[in-house]
Amino acid sequence: MKLKTLTAASLAATMALGAGAVSADLTFPSLSYRTGPYAPNGIPFADGYADYFTLLNERDGGIGGEKINFIECETGYNTEKGVECYESTKGQGALVYQPLSTGITYQLIPKATADDIPVHSMGYGRTSAANGKVFSHIFNYPGTYWDAASIIVKHILDQEDGDINGKTIALVYHNSAYGKEPIRTLEELAKKHGFNLTLLAVDHPGQEQKSQWLQIRRERPDYVLMWGWGVMNQVAVQEAANIRFPMDHFIGVWWSASENDVLPTGDGSNGYKAINFHGVGKDFPLYDDLQKHVVDTGKAAGDGSNLGTVLYNRGIYAAMLASEAARTAQEIHGVSNITSAQMRDGMEALKIDQARMAEIGLPNFGPDINVSCDSHGGPGQAAIMQWDAGAKSWSLITDYTGADREVVDALIMEDSAAYATENNITPRSCG
Amino acid sequence: MFYRESGDFKTSYAADQQTFPIRFDRIVVALILVCAFLVVPFFINDYWEKSILLPFLVWSLAALGLNILTGYCGQVSLGTGGFMAVGAYACYKLTTGFPDLNIIFVILLSGGITALVGIIFGLPSLRIKGFYLAVATLASQFFLVWLFNKVPWFYNYSASGQITMPERSVFGTAVTGSAATPSATYLFSLLFVVVFAFIARNLTRGRLGRSWMAIRDMDIAAEIIGVPPLQAKLSAFAVSSFYIGLSGALFFGVYLGAVEPTEAFGIDKSFLVLFMIIIGGLGSIFGSFVGAAFMVLLPVLFKNIMVGGFGWPTDMVQHFIFMLVGGLIMFFLIVEPHGLAQLWRVTKEKLRLWPFPH
Repeated sequence: MKLKTLTAASLAATMALGAGAVSADLTFPSLSYRTGPYAPNGIPFADGYADYFTLLNERDGGIGGEKINFIECETGYNTEKGVECYESTKGQGALVYQPLSTGITYQLIPKATADDIPVHSMGYGRTSAANGKVFSHIFNYPGTYWDAASIIVKHILDQEDGDINGKTIALVYHNSAYGKEPIRTLEELAKKHGFNLTLLAVDHPGQEQKSQWLQIRRERPDYVLMWGWGVMNQVAVQEAANIRFPMDHFIGVWWSASENDVLPTGDGSNGYKAINFHGVGKDFPLYDDLQKHVVDTGKAAGDGSNLGTVLYNRGIYAAMLASEAARTAQEIHGVSNITSAQMRDGMEALKIDQARMAEIGLPNFGPDINVSCDSHGGPGQAAIMQWDAGAKSWSLITDYTGADREVVDALIMEDSAAYATENNITPRSCG
Repeated sequence: MFYRESGDFKTSYAADQQTFPIRFDRIVVALILVCAFLVVPFFINDYWEKSILLPFLVWSLAALGLNILTGYCGQVSLGTGGFMAVGAYACYKLTTGFPDLNIIFVILLSGGITALVGIIFGLPSLRIKGFYLAVATLASQFFLVWLFNKVPWFYNYSASGQITMPERSVFGTAVTGSAATPSATYLFSLLFVVVFAFIARNLTRGRLGRSWMAIRDMDIAAEIIGVPPLQAKLSAFAVSSFYIGLSGALFFGVYLGAVEPTEAFGIDKSFLVLFMIIIGGLGSIFGSFVGAAFMVLLPVLFKNIMVGGFGWPTDMVQHFIFMLVGGLIMFFLIVEPHGLAQLWRVTKEKLRLWPFPH
């Protein structure tokens, strides 16, 4: 009896607490992870994301005169917790979700579409969501994994003077939907350019990679690519240094290259490369504002030490794209207090050129953004950056280049068509 | 006063052997069922469905399954996550392979397939027991997850290895996919849980259940009195895997809608279910439900109180929940090593004697 009363009381408590009030502000939920094996990467991103919205609130009074209501929810990179976070925050008028997890994105694709809430999986999630005709509510601009895979191979081609026939490229990947994403593109590219592809899966959470690197040591591939996240990254960089793999032949995706991943290896990580779709460092006017309005006033999400790190910058970039989309939506619909459906329209009409980037305080921070109804993948451009262990800093060593559209677009069409038939979706027409 | 059999006369064998012989029990169970079937569906929203009720129902079914094997038959298993994966992938392959097959049969068949897989992995139990068997089932956990990662046929050659549930309906109402309403998915899962909890309760009271318990208590003695260990052990593996397969299919099809094997069915899931039955009570149907509620709902409750109520930082709350739930597990196991179900049994005994305890 006692137990039942207790259960009833606790459930009643949950009911009271579970239901949040619908607020009038612009609500941006942040499904972050500051705990668990992926926290080293989750924290700087979450800090950047939060700080940019804090800055808008403090400096400009929100977006278009509307205050921003920022809610954070801890997912621990776990799908079930992510779903719980989604359900608990969507009732508060959430405008857009950026779960920073490919697994959670896959969960949210059908749910968010049904709830008319856009999802911005910035450079992660389901690559074929770039086809806006099938995925009306899912956006993955400014680039997809398949763009990344293609651009990395292009970079390797440049290094090898355009001929990689017979070379071997190994892919060390997180054994999950995230890590498996690039495989199909790499297989296509292997056919096209004649290189051999070796696949090496690393299981969650990725601390144990001895056997994979032993295989690399034995087979000596010419290049190693990495699709890793969380502790897996630092372990891989350390292992590569241990077997004295040439670091400039080791290239990570944009999620496998933050300061946290290379610093533990010290000098051994010098020369490690990765792809990136935005600028590095804190040499941008926006950071002065951040320092003044957010860090110095004690309102920063973290301790302020992450400013200018790769993932913090990416959090800033994600929040900037979201707030610009909200601004676009306000212009299109002529209302300041937009809904999630209007936010979706704003994201689909998002255009950011270099002049606007400079206005925001991030000149030359990334390529021009141009989203349209049929292409949710944005420009698909990225650059290669390299780690300098002496100076402890990343620097971009190439310009922003595009992917091999011929290969990537065909794959996107194929995969999105498969999704459409599986789920009975009639692709929209984009006038 | 509340809970006693005095005055409750049984005049037929049927009445004497009914599932709940005590009148008070019958009334309470009936009340809960009426409430669950007729009241909750009108108040359920997305949050309650996806975050509280569906996880609770799905994990209850998994805990029931493991309790049959571990609690009733005494065979320790660490392969629950792997068996749930079998249920989920069977469900996926059946729905995509036979689009016209009704989802109810798909889920039942998924359970059936898992039962077959369970029998295969149960074979070592005929020779080994205790910790050694736990290790053998642990191998099944890793093997099955590896298999679903390795063989692209299981995920229909999709680019990411993720499986996604298409929309399926029962009597014209969608129960899977994004169009399904909270009440539909809830009632659908509830129906499975209630029917199979009832079956489990009766199985354990019957010949089969008694042979399981005989094996659990002492297998040599059981064999001497005529309980065939082969049939008893393998039937326990089959029935248990059937339940776990059902829960895996519901977990994938109705609750999440998209899963990847490594994360959704990892070793931590096997331990989660094992903890549920240990905390809830080994060899108790009621314990499976309480254990599932304890392990699944408590973190959500704490999160809502601490983040929603007190407004604490999310990461601190997460760490706090780890400690709090861990502390509570230890507290309950020290206070009542036989689980929460035993606590309830003691309470019932006290109620029977009340107000004149001796």
